[in-house]
Amino acid sequence: MVSTAAADNPWFSWSYVTGNADVLWARTTEHALLTVEAVAIAAVVAIPLGLLASRVRWLAGPLLGAAAILYTVPSLALFAILAPVMGIGREPVLLGLVLYALLVILRNTVAGLDGVDPAAVDAARGVGHGSFQVLTRVRLPNALPSIVAGLRLATVTTVALVTVGVVVGYGGLGQLMFQGFRNNFYRAEILTATLACVLLALVLDLVLWAAGRLLTPWLRGRSA
Amino acid sequence: MTGVSTGVVDEAVAYLNDPLSWTGPDGILELGREHLALTAVAVVVAAAVALPVGAWLGHGRRGGGVTVWLTNASRAVPTLGIILLLATAGLFGDGATVVAAALFAVPVLLVNTYEGVRGADPSARDAAVGLGMPGHQVLTRVELPLATGLVAAGVRTAVVQVSATVPLAALAGGGGLGQIIALGMGTQRYGQVLAGGVLVAVLALVLDGVFAVVQRVVTPAPLRAARR
Repeated sequence: MVSTAAADNPWFSWSYVTGNADVLWARTTEHALLTVEAVAIAAVVAIPLGLLASRVRWLAGPLLGAAAILYTVPSLALFAILAPVMGIGREPVLLGLVLYALLVILRNTVAGLDGVDPAAVDAARGVGHGSFQVLTRVRLPNALPSIVAGLRLATVTTVALVTVGVVVGYGGLGQLMFQGFRNNFYRAEILTATLACVLLALVLDLVLWAAGRLLTPWLRGRSA
Repeated sequence: MTGVSTGVVDEAVAYLNDPLSWTGPDGILELGREHLALTAVAVVVAAAVALPVGAWLGHGRRGGGVTVWLTNASRAVPTLGIILLLATAGLFGDGATVVAAALFAVPVLLVNTYEGVRGADPSARDAAVGLGMPGHQVLTRVELPLATGLVAAGVRTAVVQVSATVPLAALAGGGGLGQIIALGMGTQRYGQVLAGGVLVAVLALVLDGVFAVVQRVVTPAPLRAARR
């Protein structure tokens, strides 16, 4: 027997989803764009840094250490530190997300480049490739699966982290969660936003997985 | 622009220098103590569930796929959504904080315990079986001691992660240092928000450092070199 109180405030309701489809879509798009932008900026910074760290060995320790310290700072604290200085809104959330994604991408880039078979590099040198060609034709393609794995992990983590941005007023689907909480515990709104968030992470992860497969045709047929 | 920023920094410094910010029932010291207590309870609850299950699965070499899937899936679930859903289910404040934080600490502890026990040197395990040890002794005397390094690493990650989850619960009425940030945002005192952010960040970094030392101390010396 369902009590009337529970019936008035169901955990999920299709009428909420259909009645608020435009808001849900707007927040989901905002959430997705923020995630993609953050991971893209982090990749543009972290992948070259990873290349540098694999070439200049003594840099690897300090670079990974600095990224690990940033990663240890709780997301809420990072947003709370950035927002008063940068102003409330999108920028502090974006910068915070970029700083978080750096570690995962940097670590996987370094690990991927370190894992390249030295015999393959020697063979490429032996046929007369210069260091730039060795990099673009042998080392990067061989490190690609590890880099893509890093991008996937960074993306999934970032999707969940965006919601914390609500504390500085820009949290994508997190805005709906918090609004539902304040609006007399509107469960359907909170749960729908939470599910949309998980779904978005899943979709973006699938897109990156497919892109990774397209970029590494020689690995198809092997289990990844 | 720079004038505004320095104003906020000055406010934060003023807040942290005011003895009244530190003492009293809502002072930094009391909130910090509450933060640590909530963190400890959540980690202990998560460990009470994850360590036995992880050890059992690792000993039987089963469920590897499930633990890895659970860890990956838990990354996609927004913690804030779970905390708010728990609150609307009637679990408020500190109760919701502990449950949500423990939920997200379970996968980390589970996967590390599982990998540690499962990854114990097979020849050591074979020797123990050859000596006639029953299964539970192989687990407690051989596999678990060999797994201490990885389990300690899992505990360290869990402690830092939980101390980062606790302030989120302040948005739903939970206690701890997150209250300073939530209250500062609510009253638009951004200097206080900045100070709260610095306090939460420092606490996480200190906990990470302390547990890095603990991890090193409890890892048997011969295993240290092999790990790094």
